[in-house]
Amino acid sequence: MVQKLDVLQETPSQTAGPYVHIGLMPTYAGNGGYYDEEIGTTPFIDESKARGEIIEIVGSVFDGTGWAMRDALIESWQCDAKGIFPGQDGADPSFAGHCRFAADAETGEFTLRTVKPGSYKGRGGVESAPHISLWVVARGINIGLNTRIYFEDEKNDDDPLLNRIEQRPRVNTLIAKKTDEGKYRFDIRLQGEGETVFLDI
Amino acid sequence: MTDLGPLIPRNRAIHPDPYDPGYKTSVARSPNLPLLSMESTPSEETGPAFGHGTLGALDNNLILNWTKGAAPAVGERILMHGRVLDEMGRPVPNTLVEIWQANAGGRYRHKKDTYFAPLDPNFGGCGRTITDENGYYEFLTVRPGAYPWPNRANDWRPMHIHISVYGHSFGQRLITQMYFEGDPLIAHCPIAATIKDRSQLDRLVAPLDFSKSRPLDFLAYKFDIVLRGRRQTMFENKLEGM
Repeated sequence: MVQKLDVLQETPSQTAGPYVHIGLMPTYAGNGGYYDEEIGTTPFIDESKARGEIIEIVGSVFDGTGWAMRDALIESWQCDAKGIFPGQDGADPSFAGHCRFAADAETGEFTLRTVKPGSYKGRGGVESAPHISLWVVARGINIGLNTRIYFEDEKNDDDPLLNRIEQRPRVNTLIAKKTDEGKYRFDIRLQGEGETVFLDI
Repeated sequence: MTDLGPLIPRNRAIHPDPYDPGYKTSVARSPNLPLLSMESTPSEETGPAFGHGTLGALDNNLILNWTKGAAPAVGERILMHGRVLDEMGRPVPNTLVEIWQANAGGRYRHKKDTYFAPLDPNFGGCGRTITDENGYYEFLTVRPGAYPWPNRANDWRPMHIHISVYGHSFGQRLITQMYFEGDPLIAHCPIAATIKDRSQLDRLVAPLDFSKSRPLDFLAYKFDIVLRGRRQTMFENKLEGM
């Protein structure tokens, strides 16, 4: 016998299912007006005062057959334009950093309107290239999938996460392509050719 | 700012397999390639905060919140309650807990749900609350019905409530489902069966809790939730090389 470890185990995940929007995005589910204030409808507290460049990222979540999923729900979390996370000292008071958005039920396309994040220094002073963290859930996804959006017009060469990807062509799966001024395209592929790099962090 | 240390790496063995042919939809929606593992960074260690000011008084009362208190929902009245803790056993206070569920007949208020069981005009099916300083939360709701779903030819979901929790770090984000003690359908459900270790599945089954039941009003079910913790040691705060 050994001493007992006084540590708990995380609660196991279950799929968010086909009706996740009822719980997290009631207006999208057709139940508008349920709450006085819905959570995560925009990452802005006051878009007109937010610091930095406002950008729009458009994309789809594709399943292993190449079908753009109509029921994917995504959450984003990011720092502000100066690389400061909401809640930290000096953070942009007009920016909340968190957003919920869903694939369109007709087209399967999502849009995230937000500020372009800055770079920041993490533990040990290591600098990360600007990125937005994503968490993808849907029917058939048994545990939420974490990934990141980087930007093709930023300096990504020294990013500690991108540099851990052995197969260099796969780095591109995490990099949003600039389509116009302030506009980017970022597709997520759950499986198969061009499969997005998902994270265990 | 004090460094609380990185998140404790996720023990994926307790979680469902992403690819599980018994749950057909997972077949084309699960990554083939291994996940990229890395120690957590500020992107995963920070997270959104939600204030009590965002919430309405009836947000955690699903019996009344759809009608704004005008008329109660049909069904077996229950209190769902418990604590949100982290892996170190510490309570997680002031964190958002959201739930959604079918009505007492097993029907969701969603345009994609066409099951025979009728909608209850007095039931919307979602609620939310923020844990108190001890990590405690509660919801008043009705027990959801079981319902059939398109998977294999005759699959039924056991009674369940979906739960979404944030914690204080984006890397703690978790969605799961609560099942009910004694439900014979749990053993037949392909979604429950995505968790391969039965002792882990048992952790999603809420026991009947008479200590919180209110006589002549509602039964109670207790459901504690554990989120990932942080690996702080006395070495974490020392300068590199010390």
